Amino acid sequence: MKIKKDYIISIVVILPSVILLGIFVYGFILNTVFVSLTDWGKGAGLKINPVINFVGFANYSDLFTSIIWQRFRQDMVNAVFYWLFILSGSLILGFFLAVLLDRYPRGESFFRTLFLYPFALSFIVTGTIWRWLFAPNGGFNVLPTLIKLPRIEFLWMSSRTSILNFNWQDIPLIITVFISLILFFVILRLIILKKNEIKLIIYSILFIIFFISFFIELFFAPPMINLKEMHGFNLASIGIIIAAVWQYSGYTMALYLAGLRGLPVSLYEAAKIDGASDMKFYLKIAIPNLWPITLSAIIIISHISLKIFALIFAMAGTDNAGTSHPSVLMYLTTFRANNFAFGASIAVLLLILSSLFTIPYLIYLYKQRTK
Amino acid sequence: MIKKFLTLFFVLFISLFLLLFYGCKKAESGRISQGIEKVKLTDEMPKGNLEIYSWWAGDEGPALESLISLYKSKYPDVTVINATVTGGSGVNAKAVLKTRMLGGDVPDSFQVHAGQELIGTWVAAERMLDLTPLYQSEKWMDVFPKDLIKLLGTKDGIWSVPVNIHRSNVMWYIPDNLKKWNIEVPKTIDNFFKAAEALKAKNIIPLALGENWTVNHLWESVALGVLGADKYDKLWRGELSWTGSDVVKVWETFGKVLSYTNKDSASLSWQQATDLVVNGKAAFNIMGDWASGYMSTTLKLKPGVDYNWAPSFGNSGVFMFLADSFGYPKGAKNPAAIIEWLKICGSKEGQDAFNPLKGSISSRKDSELSKYNDYAKSASKDFQSNRIVGSLTHGVVANEGFMNDFSTVMELFLKSMDPIKAANACQAIAIQNGMAK
Repeated sequence: MKIKKDYIISIVVILPSVILLGIFVYGFILNTVFVSLTDWGKGAGLKINPVINFVGFANYSDLFTSIIWQRFRQDMVNAVFYWLFILSGSLILGFFLAVLLDRYPRGESFFRTLFLYPFALSFIVTGTIWRWLFAPNGGFNVLPTLIKLPRIEFLWMSSRTSILNFNWQDIPLIITVFISLILFFVILRLIILKKNEIKLIIYSILFIIFFISFFIELFFAPPMINLKEMHGFNLASIGIIIAAVWQYSGYTMALYLAGLRGLPVSLYEAAKIDGASDMKFYLKIAIPNLWPITLSAIIIISHISLKIFALIFAMAGTDNAGTSHPSVLMYLTTFRANNFAFGASIAVLLLILSSLFTIPYLIYLYKQRTK
Repeated sequence: MIKKFLTLFFVLFISLFLLLFYGCKKAESGRISQGIEKVKLTDEMPKGNLEIYSWWAGDEGPALESLISLYKSKYPDVTVINATVTGGSGVNAKAVLKTRMLGGDVPDSFQVHAGQELIGTWVAAERMLDLTPLYQSEKWMDVFPKDLIKLLGTKDGIWSVPVNIHRSNVMWYIPDNLKKWNIEVPKTIDNFFKAAEALKAKNIIPLALGENWTVNHLWESVALGVLGADKYDKLWRGELSWTGSDVVKVWETFGKVLSYTNKDSASLSWQQATDLVVNGKAAFNIMGDWASGYMSTTLKLKPGVDYNWAPSFGNSGVFMFLADSFGYPKGAKNPAAIIEWLKICGSKEGQDAFNPLKGSISSRKDSELSKYNDYAKSASKDFQSNRIVGSLTHGVVANEGFMNDFSTVMELFLKSMDPIKAANACQAIAIQNGMAK
């Protein structure tokens, strides 16, 4: 009887948030998925009752293959680079700052606040400040002239140069090669360790499949798109990356600092007695021990790299394709071009991208808890 | 047991909110009628609130204020709410407007570029009232030029009241500077290239350019210059192929023109691009005639003396226009006040108060030219005598879908500088947006 009463109370207590979440998060996700599978009134998408035809996955296949959506593909490439650089930048810089503060320098609490402060700003504020700093005729570019050096001519936000260019056509090939290589090394390891023969057989079969499909793609597969389409890392996005790293390295610093302070002193002392240098202690002992912190930092920063819309909007504007991101394109497609169906498709793809980070994390957390 | 209960619970609750969705949709469609509906004129004295939604802030703010104060002096009982969202050419305002309209928070009247931008978005969505009765009662059919009314309306009605006419294809310069540099104003595209070479040798930027939309703005002038008015019109009617040699030549020429512009263009606003010309760093700037308003009202320069103008190179004898207009959205709450507002927008008094400050000309044939500065007088003369075509960047000739996709094509072109690729992409977006087959 007692259990039942508790049970009812708990249901009643969580009911409001479940309903609100259900409508405003999951309900709208479902609605967006539905919109992405239709043509939503085509030109007249703003009608009260638009003419809706179900088109299946045509919008998605257009996004990845049609000539009109080249910008989407460049934006996806941009998103990967944003993720890579913002994540590694904030983690490395944050850890470095945390190590510095962990040594209790003079004014430690002052610097801790100083480094953490940017995190308290909104992206719009950060973006506005950094836009001024990166203006082609002011800020950073004229800084060297203060010490009589020639000024920098780099166009931070508007550069159209890109490096690491590759043909969009080659992406399946690149992915196949990448997976084959990973499988190859896994098999090698299994052979050397001489264990688990069933696994070895499974991996070998997978490897052969990927290896064959590599040749099929190379010689027989029809081209995905009929023009050569180069995408790469746009130098214009460096400015945005710097601003984002500036803002979030303080946050990772705080996480790491808490972690470092949480390590038992005996660990440090034991390492010292065994003759480890400070460098060796941080690299070989602190980093592995802080793995849970790194993991949650990865999840959070990865998410932020997907939510970078506001920073781009404030720093470079929406029309600057060099610094663009799928979320910016989603905004333009939906609210400027009235193309709700394609906007929804891009939004769904972004959702899938972000769930790539969260779902494994949730599973990991769940497993830890049940252990 | 608990799991089963939870599952049941979730299923119930999902079906509940689906019902809710359905209910919301029904409720909304009940409030705003569908189909074509004419405006109903009333004699009621307007009172209450009137919200005017526009992107006229900052430099263009005083012009709107003059219109609002005229309204207030006539109808002191009405509280006018001046809602502005900044951003050149309305880039931000239009997006905010869409969320408001979809959310049912309809402003009483909103600024919109006359032509396809209004028709392709709001008229196609059946969210505007037909203003034909208002046009008839105010006798606007006779005072506005016939070509203009044709562009404001469809076969079903007239959808907005134009407050002004702007010219898009104007080239601005400082006469003293040109004299100093010994450069003549180029009339043809070849002349421009010659002048540009000479200017480049003197280390002066031949053509000042600003952020992304001003690049599209430059494109329409170059396109008109290469194609000529007839082919330009045909292009928008879908009678000239985007992949044909004519349009490829437009892109080739445009690429060459771009090589004479400032490198930091993408980070400058249009005002900053105009500033480059004003302070002698650049020779020319192609911008709409709001640049005249900026130079005469904000920078206090004297038109015709401190700064001067000519049609864009290769554009002589053609007037590329755009117009700002106000319409009456369905679901707006204060009919009497809105109708009086629209009457003021179309009136001679209102237009002659608004336009001298805005740097534009009146869309009426009977405007009081003495109130205007020298630029506007010459523009009015051109408007009456020249061949008239519509602007792409400012929403006259193409719908918003095409305009947005065109910006993407422009970015691709700026990166690749490949005319044939750009022409092919244009054809594709024209098909996607229903402007070509």
